This record gives sequence, structure tokens and C-alpha cells, in this order.
Amino acid sequence: MTGKSLFHKIWDAHAVRELPNGQTQLFIGLHLVHEVTSPQAFQMLRERGLRIMHPERTFATVDHIVPTTSQERPFADDMAEAMMQELEKNARDFGITVFHPGSARQGIVHVIGPELGLTQPGMTIACGDSHTSTHGAFGSVAFGIGTSQVRDVLATQCLAMNRLKVRRIEVSGRLAPGVYAKDVILEIIRRLGVKGGIGYAYEYGGEVISRMSMEERMTVCNMSIEGGARCGYVNPDQKTYEYIKGRPYAPQGTAFNRALDYWKSIASDADAPYDDVVEINGSQLEPMVTWGINPGQAISVGERIPKLDSLQAAERETASLALNHMGFTEGDRILGKRIDVAFLGSCTNSRLSDLREAAGIVKGNKVAKGVRAIVVPGSQQVRLAAEKEGLDRIFTDAGFEWRYAGCSMCLGMNPDVLQGRDLCASSSNRNYIGRQGSPTGRTLLMSPAMVVAAALAGAVVDVRELLPTSQLARN
Amino acid sequence: MTPQQIAAVKGRGIVVRGNDVDTDRIIPARYLREITFARMGEYAFYDERFGAQGKVKTHPFNDPRFQGASILVVNENFGCGSSREHAPQALMRWGIQAIVGESFADIFSGNCGMLGVPTIYLAKPDVERLMDFIEAIPGAEIEVDLEKKVVKYGDVEIQARINESMRESLVKGTWDTTSLMLEAKDEIRKTASALPYLTNFVS
Ligand code: SF4
Repeated sequence: MTGKSLFHKIWDAHAVRELPNGQTQLFIGLHLVHEVTSPQAFQMLRERGLRIMHPERTFATVDHIVPTTSQERPFADDMAEAMMQELEKNARDFGITVFHPGSARQGIVHVIGPELGLTQPGMTIACGDSHTSTHGAFGSVAFGIGTSQVRDVLATQCLAMNRLKVRRIEVSGRLAPGVYAKDVILEIIRRLGVKGGIGYAYEYGGEVISRMSMEERMTVCNMSIEGGARCGYVNPDQKTYEYIKGRPYAPQGTAFNRALDYWKSIASDADAPYDDVVEINGSQLEPMVTWGINPGQAISVGERIPKLDSLQAAERETASLALNHMGFTEGDRILGKRIDVAFLGSCTNSRLSDLREAAGIVKGNKVAKGVRAIVVPGSQQVRLAAEKEGLDRIFTDAGFEWRYAGCSMCLGMNPDVLQGRDLCASSSNRNYIGRQGSPTGRTLLMSPAMVVAAALAGAVVDVRELLPTSQLARN
Repeated sequence: MTPQQIAAVKGRGIVVRGNDVDTDRIIPARYLREITFARMGEYAFYDERFGAQGKVKTHPFNDPRFQGASILVVNENFGCGSSREHAPQALMRWGIQAIVGESFADIFSGNCGMLGVPTIYLAKPDVERLMDFIEAIPGAEIEVDLEKKVVKYGDVEIQARINESMRESLVKGTWDTTSLMLEAKDEIRKTASALPYLTNFVS
């Protein structure tokens, strides 16, 4: 008998039944909710007189609209305050837990799920946010969903879904110093394209992925959606179990040992069949930077922006739109482009290890004149842990702003936005036109280390030239 | 709520050209600050339609010739990016009832299906011809026939592709998945009770 992949094992264990239209009614084990995509869903429940089927499996937080300069209530922004109150009311009326700003557990939904031990192997997870794929780092199957589907999950604890195909992405070798998880996923998206993953779940494996910490794996899984894949995952291993152990919502005591049996059983079998397999040599990767208006438009930092006639016909149109928006010329170097803003944050790269890596580069240096630089920890717990280590001082001494937890400048629906044609070095995940709040603003995606390096230099630089020798010896 | 059966959509066409049109372009995040979808139609493609101080730009959604259109024609990977249902809500509330294109992002087309807005696939040359036709004869009627899986315009009838489960639920009027899935309460309970993590890992 041939084996099964983790995706199919989890799918089969959660399949309630086949629906008349051929879709699967899939049970969802954990539902995460945030303030922006949920109020309409709760309203739909009220209109139909429905309750939440599993309020104890539903957890809410606030991240998108909340200010990160002060968490004091009422928020200065009336609309943010109204949305916050709406969520609090919905939570009260429907009996779910909210990690509100006063709870010390608030943060970006994809940072706090794992941090609180809510995210576990072998689960199905859904959230009204496309970066729910992040939770796949723990060997779960995690989908971003729309608001009507949020209603479905609230009312039925299920989703109507088409089964996905599975693509195994094998990253072999070892990453060179100065090359990070972010560079790995940017390279994957560049190779397979922003729509290459449509209809697929991505399974990441190989030596590079095995050697990664849980936080690095989260960075990779986070951006699966940028490659068009609805979800991405890594098979659970010892690192996964150790990360979860002792967290507030993790199984405790003997239940933890019993959990291990289940978690080990759901990893992909050695002989699992895949619909597609892609291999990437991780040893050859270099720090990556995007030059365009989608995350697939990326090059390694030393490369030149592609010439239009070197691209396939289908890509040329988006590429010329991108050059036009960015004000770049084909064949230009990305190195040396002067930046206006540096943003270190977002669910892709705002965890403690990201901040540590960045602080190691920042220490003793100053942000370049004229650059606005902000650091936004992904959660209050990350903020506190960073402060305990003195990372906040390293950043503020250098001239960075140090913020409270939230999505901040990742998406431009709170006060943190680009102005005019600002060029922003960003550790977030999307460089779409207008994404960071200014319709003419421009985003360069890169790793946290590259972001702070750019902040110090005032321009895009190769972070490998700034790495402390201790880190060059890292591998 | 019993959703209606949608066997066909007929109406005038409108064209938005370009690959990888993401949901931030369809509706910028600052318009997600409202707690209902009621006004989303006003914000469809906002930053592409209006410049600083509300200056009106050239965009099909502003073009008087395409007002009242209900069938949107697009290129590749339309609706990629954020899962915001605000995007299909904005298009639907502006008046779009069906979207024809080369390809769509997964979450986006799923969201469309939940709203009763079919996403239909045509090959690239067919999309280009349809786009040219609509731009040449703006008021002409286009028909998307979900039963026969064809798109008709002028004297042309082209075979189209549509996700079979989406087609089935629209044609049969079973696209209200909440009611549908609630019918299986016992089966839901049975599935849940067999999941180790819901039973404290005691099997
Ligand atoms: S940090 Fe950005 S990508 Fe992540 S949940 Fe917030 S807005 Fe979405």
C-alpha cells in the first residue's frame, strides 16, 4: 500500500461528508477571528438566528486596524474604536475569547496562534485572512477564507472545499550567512510564479527546511499564498513538539505525551505520492529583493532588474506596469536605490528571532538621515520578550521607532501609511500597488536583516557586507 | 435564506485588462474600515478610478459606456492577494453578476461562489476576442450560460470552463453552504468526536 501525505491524512480525518456538488464538508478544528473580516459574518448569524457551533474552538484578536503607537482606549481613530467595540460585543454575545490589547496576549493573529499553543499539528485551521497558511509550519492544514466562509465556520464549524493537489518543494543544501527563510520563499515564488500554486497545497521539506527554526518555517509557510497556494505546510518534527510544549493552550502533562502519538502519525509517509515535486538548491540562494508590484517580481540583491525582452510574453505586461509604477528602468541595479521608509514587522517577519537578527546588525549604528524607520513586534509577548533582552534600546538608540503589536504598515488601514511616492524597504509580504496605504507608494520586499541594513545605509545594500563576524560563523 | 438558482447571467460587458490584478487594487484596505459591506460598491477599483482630491481618472468603471454592465472580463490570476471578501462584494454591489477570465485566485473565486457570482474560464485568445468585442460594441449583450457551459456574444458561442462544484451549486441553487452544512449536524458531531485533539487525546 502506498503512503499518504500529511495533507490527505488531515483532510480524510476531518471530512464530514461529500456535498451534492462534489465538494467536501470539512471540519475545522481551530477558528481564528480578527476585527476586520468578522463583523459582517456575526451580523449574518444574527439575521438568521444562528449560534456558534464551537465557541470554545474560536479565538479572536485585533491586529489590522489597531494603532501601534498607543493601545489606550478609546483609540484616537473613531473607526478603529468602533470596530474594536463591535468585536468585543460579538465576542460577548456569542461567547468567544478575545485577546484584546489589555490582555498581554494580543498581536497579529498568525503570530499569537502559535505563540499561545493554539496552533498544533494535525489540525484544520481557518481564519478570515489569507496568511492563515502560516500555521502550516506546525503540520496543520490552514486556510485563509472570506467572510461568508467565516459565517460558515462560525455556524457549522465546517467549510465546503475542493480537495487540493499537493506539491512537494524540496529545498536541499544549507543557506549561506545573510540568507534567510524570507529569501527561500521569495525564490520559490519567483520560480513557480504568483499563480503557480493555484489548486495546490505546498509541502515544504528538505535539509534547509528541516534545519529551520519554527519561526523560520512560519515565514516560509506564511507566503505560500503569494505563490497562489491556498495552504503550505512542513511535517512536524522534534522542533515542532518542543516549541509547543508548555504553551498556554498546549496539551499539558500526560495529554502531551498522548498528543505526540497523534502528531507523529500525521506526518507524510516516506512513500507518499505527490502531484508534483520541485527541487531547489538552497546553498545557491542569495539575499532577495522585489523590484515590482507582485512578490514574484524578485531578484537577488546583486542582480539587475530584468529587461522586458528577457521575459516571457505573459509576464511582460505586468513587468512594464511594474517598472512604470516603481519608476525603475529595465536593466537597472536594485542595489543603491535610495529608500524613504524602512518597515520591520508583519506576520511574515516580526517574531523574536527576526528582531534579534535585525538588532545584531543595527547595534551601535544609526538610521540614515531622512529615513523613517519603524519596528513593530508581531505580538505583545514578542514586544515584552524583546524588551527584556534590550532589543528595543538597540533599535531606538539607532533612531527606529518602537511600537506596540499590530499589522501596522503592512496594509495601510491604520495610521501607518506611506506618503506619496515613498520607497519602502519592508519585511512584509505584499508589494501590490497601494498596499502600504499610498496609491503611489512603492514597496521592496526583503528579509528583516536586509530591511535594517537598508535603513542604516539609506539605500538598498547587500546585508552580507554588514553582518557581524559572529553571524558569518553561524553555519 | 434560499439562494436562487443561477442558470445563466445575461447583460452588458465591461473589461478590466491586466494579469495579477490583486484584491488591494480591487478595493484598497482603507475601505475595509467599515463594519458592513453596504457601501463597498462605491469603492470598487477606487485608486484606479480616482486620483488625489477625487480627480476622476480614465477607467472602465468610470466610463459612461459601461455603466450598468454586469459581466466583467479579466485576464490571468484575477483576485490574487488578500482574502478580503470586500473585493467580490465591491464588484457585486457595483453591479457585476459574473466574471469571465483566463484564471482566478483560489480564495477569490471561492468568495465569488459564496455570493452567487460565477467565475468562468476561457482560453487567452477567447478572452482577448471577447474583450475586443466589448470595447468595440459597448452596449452589446453577453450571455454566460452555466448549464451549457458557454459564453455567447454577437454570433459567437464559445465553450467555457467552470469549476464543476461551483456550477452545480449555482445551477441547483444550493450555494448557501451554511444551511447545507447545518443539515449534517450528526455527522459533524461524529467527525469531531473522532479527532484526538478535541478529546484531550484520549482515544
Ligand atoms: S501583518 Fe499584514 S499580511 Fe499579516 S495579517 Fe496583518 S495585514 Fe495581513
